[in-house]
Amino acid sequence: MIEPNLILLLVLLPFAGSLVAATLPSGARTGTAWLSGLVLSAGLLILAALHRPVADGQVLRAKLSWVPSLGLDLDFRLDGFAWLFVTLVLGIGVLVVLYARYYLAKSDPAPRFHACILAFTGAMVGMLTSGNVLMLVVFWELTSLVSFLLIGYWHQSPAARDGARMALVITAAGGLCLLAAMLLLGRIAGSYDLDVILASGAAIRTHPLYGATLALFLIGAFTKSAQVPFHFWLPNAMAAPTPVSAFLHSATMVKAGVFLLVRFSPALGGTEAWFFAVTGIGMASLTFGAMVALFRHDLKGLLAYSTISNLGLITALAGIGSRAAILAGIFHIVNHAVFKASLFMAAGIIDHESGTRDMRRLSGLIRLMPVTGTLAIVAAASMAGVPLLNGFLSKEMFFAEAVDWHNGTWLDDALPYIATFASVFTVAYSLRFIATVFFGPPPVDLPQTPHEPVRWLRWPVELLVMACLVVGVVPGLTLGPTLNMAARSVLGADLPYYSVAVWHGLNTPLVMSFVALVLGAALYLGFADRIAQGPEGPPLIHRLQAQRLYERFMLAATWTGPRRLLRVVAPDRLQPQLRLIVLLAIAGTAYMTWGRVGIEPRLGPTAPNAGFLLMWVVGGACAVGAAWQAKYHRFAALVLLGVAGLVTCLTFAWFSAPDLAVTQLLVEVVTTVLLLLGLRWMPRRREEISGDRLLAARGRRGRDLVIAVAFGTAMSLLAFTVMTRPQLSTVGDWFLRHAYSEGGGTNVVNVILVDFRAFDTFGEITVLVIVALTVFALLRRFRPADESAGRPEQQATPTARALRDYMLVPSVIMQWMFPVLIVLSAYLFLRGHDLPGGGFSAGVTLAIAFLLQYLAAHVRWVESRLTVLPAFWMGFGLLVAGGTGLGSWVFGYPFLTAHAQYVDLPLIGEVPAATAMIFDLGVFGVVVGATVLMLIAIAHQSLRSARARAEEAERQHEEAA
Amino acid sequence: MEIVLSAAIGVLAASGAWLLMRPRSFQVIVGLCLLSYAVNLFIFAMGRLTVGAPAIMPKRGFVNPDAYADPIPQALVLTAIVISFATTALFLVVMIAARGFTGSDHVDGQERAP
Repeated sequence: MIEPNLILLLVLLPFAGSLVAATLPSGARTGTAWLSGLVLSAGLLILAALHRPVADGQVLRAKLSWVPSLGLDLDFRLDGFAWLFVTLVLGIGVLVVLYARYYLAKSDPAPRFHACILAFTGAMVGMLTSGNVLMLVVFWELTSLVSFLLIGYWHQSPAARDGARMALVITAAGGLCLLAAMLLLGRIAGSYDLDVILASGAAIRTHPLYGATLALFLIGAFTKSAQVPFHFWLPNAMAAPTPVSAFLHSATMVKAGVFLLVRFSPALGGTEAWFFAVTGIGMASLTFGAMVALFRHDLKGLLAYSTISNLGLITALAGIGSRAAILAGIFHIVNHAVFKASLFMAAGIIDHESGTRDMRRLSGLIRLMPVTGTLAIVAAASMAGVPLLNGFLSKEMFFAEAVDWHNGTWLDDALPYIATFASVFTVAYSLRFIATVFFGPPPVDLPQTPHEPVRWLRWPVELLVMACLVVGVVPGLTLGPTLNMAARSVLGADLPYYSVAVWHGLNTPLVMSFVALVLGAALYLGFADRIAQGPEGPPLIHRLQAQRLYERFMLAATWTGPRRLLRVVAPDRLQPQLRLIVLLAIAGTAYMTWGRVGIEPRLGPTAPNAGFLLMWVVGGACAVGAAWQAKYHRFAALVLLGVAGLVTCLTFAWFSAPDLAVTQLLVEVVTTVLLLLGLRWMPRRREEISGDRLLAARGRRGRDLVIAVAFGTAMSLLAFTVMTRPQLSTVGDWFLRHAYSEGGGTNVVNVILVDFRAFDTFGEITVLVIVALTVFALLRRFRPADESAGRPEQQATPTARALRDYMLVPSVIMQWMFPVLIVLSAYLFLRGHDLPGGGFSAGVTLAIAFLLQYLAAHVRWVESRLTVLPAFWMGFGLLVAGGTGLGSWVFGYPFLTAHAQYVDLPLIGEVPAATAMIFDLGVFGVVVGATVLMLIAIAHQSLRSARARAEEAERQHEEAA
Repeated sequence: MEIVLSAAIGVLAASGAWLLMRPRSFQVIVGLCLLSYAVNLFIFAMGRLTVGAPAIMPKRGFVNPDAYADPIPQALVLTAIVISFATTALFLVVMIAARGFTGSDHVDGQERAP
């Protein structure tokens, strides 16, 4: 039972190595290279140990429970196909690490490179060995993320940044599509387990969501594998360092897409839609990539388009999906990885030694670097499909499938011709690579004089080219068994052994290869000069660029679009925002009540009472009047608002809510005083605001009127609909039953506030304190506008004297009311637990008592006789309320648990003595303090501006003197 | 009764919403007050309308919840009334402070560009 642990180690080791590498000092080039080389080699050793059971056809599994209740496990599985793929990734990885050690300059931070390479390898291995499709998507996206860091390794260069961003946007977006596809697959198959999904192919193909699943799945695979029309990120990703390109764009990242296609072909494949989409896109990419590659002047650009073309070939094979096609696809995955990695490395050596990758400047390098040249020529010949090299074999198998396999569609009939046509271009660009770089006159005017590289830089290339040759000559002995093992794990164990051989006799595929070689050579030799002088793309087609569309889309999606949206939904101005909110409220209400408005027969509306109707005729008229007058006649609007508030208060009283009525009445008083105090600081509004009668202003008002009427109607309908439905039993019933037995009070509303839901109330009084302090703080720095700074004309003599006389009698009455109001406040407070009243209403009453003293006389008169310390009231209230809550901890109960009992006092009788009343005392204190603080702070502004006026006058007097 | 009250809520809400979208800060503050009446009444009405049966319990004996007004919306509205006073005060102070800074009582601090 060592295998599961080995598999876990296989996945976790690169990530652990990545963490270690990231912490090494940036100068440790050799050390980090050793670290990552050893980590990857250790992975290869693990694979060697696992080879026997895998070769026997076992599927090795490892499972880590993660969230068992949700069925989420870290579930890894290793079968023949995954084994082959992981071996390929790690093997090329080791060579890339060695190559990078000598390729990267001293100034390049090596730990960052190796940390990213190891993390990428870990993500890739995780993706290949995932046994759960959701986990597969996670690792898939991880490869996209790390590839972003790798492509942007030289982040000083704008090309690297753009290329990295483009690769990330395209592949990560594809990953999201893949996630959606996997969710759909999991839903269809009933499990996210890979084996279950692969086994339920029949159910998936007949499901109504098959089309959507397939489309999303293919977008994920095609974006990753750079298939047309998502191919353009790959050439741009060539801004990466060459080791990265050799790793990501030969063996790993782009191969993830074709891995997925091959892996899921038993589940999703076999339908006509699959064939047309996958083989069609594959053939298009094969042809397009080959054609463009011929015209690229940049070495790496040629190789990038060649990669697109080769991936198209594998994709086309996965689309065909027959047994030989899958085997050929796997074979070509390996072959392409080997020859393309060696070609990328060779291109990197050429770039490294000569300073340029431009094929129009390079020439005759075979004389200067014979060994590298020979290696590159062999690898390029393998790419072209020259016999006795590995590229020839898998290409031959592809031709054979194109010819032999039939499903009777037009695409099937066209396959051999398209394949040959594309191969002509493949031969031509391979030949161009060989001929321009290595032959011809000696190079002139190169940035550096090329020479053979250091031994270890060339060594990986030598090894890979050796592999090309050995596999090409004796395929049956080397890769044959492994290929069959991989194909069996994809298609099923009953697959007959397929013998891979070099010579199949003189047959159609061989003729096709021969035709392609001859025509390709002719094509290049005929047009070599014109290609070198022409644009970087085939005639006509180079004007069609998917990248332009992408850039236009990105500009709209990330720049112009969001700004336009922002202008609509978040304008600088308040009115459009509020209008948007009102419109949203209307839309929400309309959505909720659509088709449900009506009179429920069981509980019709009760007959309107004439008095109530009359009351609301007045109340409604006043509300409309307030709305109408608020612009030019603020005082009138305030009076009308007060009437509407009073009618609201009466409504509460009418419908059995005495507490609300009392509180509403008292708050109405303080609100009115508050707004009256505010009026003093508003600008005069005697003459009309300019432009108020213009057509545009009228239009705005008309539009808002329509919106407002719609809003009111929506509220009416919603209220009416709810009110005429019978009420189901609510939590309120529980409160009614238990208010007395549990809370010790008969006024349920008050018991809810101070006992059952005391924590809410505690929060609310805290908010009240915060608001009061904010008001106070804002007013400390208050500077009135110039026109309001002066003394209002009512205070000017002789009006002021007359006013003082008029106000004499009311002010005396107000002063006499002080003790009466204090008693009323105490009365409201004490009866609160059993009868309407309570801390809120008592607090506002006491605040009104203070307020009346300020109204009756002037501020100085009051404050010389009466010290009100609102901050103390608030602090006292909060402490008492919080302390009551903490007190319950002393007795071992949760915060704010109340205790209630009745105490029998002599003479007075039975009085309630609940701890909730102490809490209510805290509420009372906060309400008094907050209300008085806010009102007095505003009232004091007149005093401050009077003081400022006096100082100003004094200063002017001194200046004059 | 329900028709009258829902119409009343509608009129209050419409007046409030209209004022909310006006350019003068005093209009907005009056609008907020009207809207808070409408919303308070609306929440209150969610407990259905009960006449003559406030939620004051007898001290002993069986309690039939259907015979009393629903206390939950009342408790909610009671705190809402107090909080709406506090927010009105806050908005008023912001309004007069903004007026002091900008010299204008337009909600955006400057008159609309013609």
